[in-house]
Amino acid sequence: MLVLEDVHTHYGKIEALHGVSVEVNKGEIVSLIGANGAGKTTLLMTVCGNPQASSGRVILEGRDITREPTAKIMRSGIAIVPEGRRIFSGLTVEENLYMGGFFNDKADNRKTLDYVYELFPRLKERELQRAGTMSGGEQQMLAIGRALMSKPRMIILDEPSLGLAPIIIQQIFEIIGQLRDQGITVFLVEQNAHQALNLADRGYVLETGRIRLQDTGKNLLANPDVQNAYLGG
Amino acid sequence: MQDLLYFFQQLINGLTIGSAYALIAIGYTMVYGIIGMINFAHGEIYMIGAYTALIAITGLATLGIAWLPVILIVALICAMIVSSTMGWAVERVAYRPVRGRHRLIPLISAIGMSIFLQNYVHLAQGSRNIGFPALIDGGFQFGSADSFQMSLSYMQITIFITTLICMTLLSLFISRSRTGRACRAVSQDIGMANLLGIDTNRIISATFVIGAALAAVAGLLLGMYYGSIDPLFGFIAGLKAFTAAVLGGIGSIPGAMLGGLILGVSESMTSGYLSGEYKDVVSFGLLILILLFKPTGLLGKPEVEKI
Repeated sequence: MLVLEDVHTHYGKIEALHGVSVEVNKGEIVSLIGANGAGKTTLLMTVCGNPQASSGRVILEGRDITREPTAKIMRSGIAIVPEGRRIFSGLTVEENLYMGGFFNDKADNRKTLDYVYELFPRLKERELQRAGTMSGGEQQMLAIGRALMSKPRMIILDEPSLGLAPIIIQQIFEIIGQLRDQGITVFLVEQNAHQALNLADRGYVLETGRIRLQDTGKNLLANPDVQNAYLGG
Repeated sequence: MQDLLYFFQQLINGLTIGSAYALIAIGYTMVYGIIGMINFAHGEIYMIGAYTALIAITGLATLGIAWLPVILIVALICAMIVSSTMGWAVERVAYRPVRGRHRLIPLISAIGMSIFLQNYVHLAQGSRNIGFPALIDGGFQFGSADSFQMSLSYMQITIFITTLICMTLLSLFISRSRTGRACRAVSQDIGMANLLGIDTNRIISATFVIGAALAAVAGLLLGMYYGSIDPLFGFIAGLKAFTAAVLGGIGSIPGAMLGGLILGVSESMTSGYLSGEYKDVVSFGLLILILLFKPTGLLGKPEVEKI
């Protein structure tokens, strides 16, 4: 589904990714864990073409997207729930969702909207409310709903649990599991390593711009190095 | 009674000029809302709208077409097309190549564009002012003939109604249409809109084009109202409309409308009760006063750090 081959990414002169290779197969949940500043968000954003990789290749469903503009990549069946949610706070919940389905026709959007409301009944209740007035958890649901509106084959989530109450985190992870069961490929970046690896089919550990470890979620959870560094011993 | 009529006369004059300012101010505020920069060539786009309208009117007259609605509509459409193209070109030439650079760079390139357009019109149309046919004359008179008479001209009514129609259409477009929704989303978080697959360059172009089209409408209306135009026609009006946009809260469309009306009324009241020479003193003083107490303008939103 998604392949990164020896990807290097720079911010100006500073290299943030030093040759990263990652593979996400169709129908999998793949978790990427790592400390603050390891380059997790950079890796996801490189997939989206913002910034573009300075060398290496990013391949989505067999197509080389390394040099494609962001807007074009994001219209190719891939959607992102970015770090910090980035919902359009001045728009209503419904308008935010319609922004997600910008390139689908009205009838299609109506159907996907019902599906999203079924997944997140809270959003239905708040349909006409300004998105910025909602709680963090609701905003996260909205960000996920907005990504689903484009009917993606693959969804990228950047720290969806950040700053949320444990009970909401639980809900979000359950939804992510449901998405996989519905056939959507999931690429998940998390600091919450325990839950992310528990849910994942496979995982990668990113350390200062390099992949340190890769294995199944279960094996990584059992790995003493991972336990020491990311699971609090 | 007379005092009251005099007051209403100033009010009408102020609202007339203010609604035209508001039309121009929309262009400043929309562009600022989307890319966070001031389009300093906007006054020139308005001036070019007025010239195009005049050329169209003259052209129709030589063709012997004298039916007023046809003249007005053709002049309006020509002005809107030429100004919109100009607005689109300004963005392509002066803004897009330098986007993402230091903020001073697009500012300078836009001022350069403004100087270029002004001087181009100087050369092409001459630097003296040219008479603009009134086309719509006559009006209503109120009050007795031997004392002060308040007049409401058909031209003023035309300005009100046209502005009202433009503002209504714009509001509907922004709040209801798919592109309007995208404009609002882009103005809030351009990077996120891009991550949703939206071609943000097209949205940016659209705001320049819409602003320019509204400025062209104002160009035709104020050309007829003032009765003459010259290549510097856009400079003062642009400055005033920019002030109106800041006054109302730059980035806010209702703010631009409100700012335009306040500025127009304050100008005409100053001219009516103090002296015409003081009108700029009062309107810019008002701007300073409002910014002192509300730095974001009347309807502007304070910049909140996203949590």
